[in-house]
Amino acid sequence: MHIPDGYLSPSTCAALYAGAGPFWYVALKKVRRLLHTRFVPLLSLFAAFSFVLMMFNIPLPGGTTGHAAGIGIAAIVLGPWGSILALSVALTIQAIFFGDGGITAIGANCFNMAVAGPLVATGVYRAIAGRAALVSRRRVIAAGLAGYAGINAAAVLTALEFGIQPLLFHDASGAPLYAPYPLHIALPAMMLGHLTVAGFAEMFVAAGLVVYIQRTDPSLLRLTAPKASPASRGGVIAASGHSRRALWAALAVLMVLTPLGTLAVGTAWGEWGAAAFADPSARQEIAAVSRNQAPPEIAPAGLQRLSSLWTAPFPAYAPPLLKSQSFGYFMCSMLGVGLVMLSFWLLGWMTGRLTS
Amino acid sequence: MPGYRRGAFVRSTALRLSSLLERGIQAEELARQPGFLQGLDPKAKIIGLLSLTASAAWTRHLMVFAFLMALALILAAASRIPLKVLAGRVWAGVLLVTGVVALPAVFLVPGDILYRLPVLHWPVTSQGISAAVFLIARVATATTFSALLIFTTPWTHVLKGLRVLRVPVVLIVILSMTYRYIVLLLQTAYEMFEARQSRMVGRMDAGQRRRMVAATAGALLSKTLFLSEEVYFAMRSRGYQGDVYVMQEFRLRPYDWLAMSALTATAAAVAWVG
Repeated sequence: MHIPDGYLSPSTCAALYAGAGPFWYVALKKVRRLLHTRFVPLLSLFAAFSFVLMMFNIPLPGGTTGHAAGIGIAAIVLGPWGSILALSVALTIQAIFFGDGGITAIGANCFNMAVAGPLVATGVYRAIAGRAALVSRRRVIAAGLAGYAGINAAAVLTALEFGIQPLLFHDASGAPLYAPYPLHIALPAMMLGHLTVAGFAEMFVAAGLVVYIQRTDPSLLRLTAPKASPASRGGVIAASGHSRRALWAALAVLMVLTPLGTLAVGTAWGEWGAAAFADPSARQEIAAVSRNQAPPEIAPAGLQRLSSLWTAPFPAYAPPLLKSQSFGYFMCSMLGVGLVMLSFWLLGWMTGRLTS
Repeated sequence: MPGYRRGAFVRSTALRLSSLLERGIQAEELARQPGFLQGLDPKAKIIGLLSLTASAAWTRHLMVFAFLMALALILAAASRIPLKVLAGRVWAGVLLVTGVVALPAVFLVPGDILYRLPVLHWPVTSQGISAAVFLIARVATATTFSALLIFTTPWTHVLKGLRVLRVPVVLIVILSMTYRYIVLLLQTAYEMFEARQSRMVGRMDAGQRRRMVAATAGALLSKTLFLSEEVYFAMRSRGYQGDVYVMQEFRLRPYDWLAMSALTATAAAVAWVG
């Protein structure tokens, strides 16, 4: 994802230097005040660690390997501001001394991977980990998802920066002068690799390192979790069996109440199928709920093309084998909850396998 | 795990780490030999070569790219940078990565169709060819100037030269310490992987490999933080109180002024041509 020299126009590079500048300034002020005299050695050593971590081959499911950028673990151990500085230093050294990433694109690479990535990762980590104990499994899952979200946020920004180049910078004949692919090519091309390979590499590194820290020195996680409970593994959820039972009860009540959905009439606004555009009564309904704005005569081409890609096994929550619509709603809610629980169980199992 | 012989995964990571160390050492060796760019004050060199890198990003004419590349080759020859080093470390990477990125543009960029591929019927457009050539030429030229800076300037000089770009002193010290400890941590990580490989007698499955990498990274993190404390105490014992001072050893000579003016004037001329 390191953008080399020549892919972005000088004005884009300048704008991204300017975009990263305020974050660097605030981070420098905040971290210096927080760490005082420890600031220089800790930041330097962690930046060096991030650099070396980027060189590790991370084995991934399916037999491939990927490389992590260390965004998730930096955000968790150093906090958002410390990680902005540490990753920026690591990326700058990569560009200046090892030619990995362009010198003119240092601002862009730092904005994507050292500013946006850690900020997103911190947000995700804090939102999921909450006040869970420092040694809870929930923090491991939060770390993995934070790493995954952080690297993908950086990838989205990189794709956007590539994607706007042909739009803004081309010669008189229309030939792009910098990165040649528009958004509709740059975005999927970039995200394909990051949602799969690089994202999972980052996820494994962040989750694996958090487990290691939990076993060796959990206090390292305190900086980004000052209000974490001191409870043992299992965190706040396990520590409070009563609140967990209450959550299960609330979930059961909601599942029982799902047939209330049958009371609603019509289709939810914007959830029309391609066939609705040809059906006169459906057209009338769409117009009625859209301030009498008549829908197009034929369904949009994109909707028509994509609507046939996947056919749900239980369309409209009504399995064909069930006569009662209410019972169908209830069964579908059970199935949906079961699938969600199974997904999280698998995620927990994978994380446990990774870290045990 | 298919595709990995016994220990091949560990070896590949160790090799990656050692090749990075080698690259760093090679660049330092080139930077310390006599030559035109090596003899320049780092401030003059940083300003001059960064201006040329920026001008390569700016230009819109293939002839200007050719001129800039010729200038880069002349500077490399005057600085005794072997062509095979530039070819192996810079151009091969550009062709391999940017070439692969640029090739589909020949077919994907819309424009005047020059030719259709037989069987596939993909259109080759003149705008697509221009886009691919622009991208490769631009990346190759800009990267060559960046590489000349790396190959002709010891890292300590680059860092001191950054002062001229108004980079805060504290950041320069962090960059300097980071670079110094990157070398140490690369060496440590290399030894950890090598030690692991020497003790392996069977194959590891994917899960075991992931656990091994996580444990190695974790151990390296512990070592890093321990080292950070040691460095901190060492700094304190020498009187460090949070303020950073650097010695300014470089002073621009008339020769440096002349070289810097010539390089920046060339870059300005390129920018003016567009």
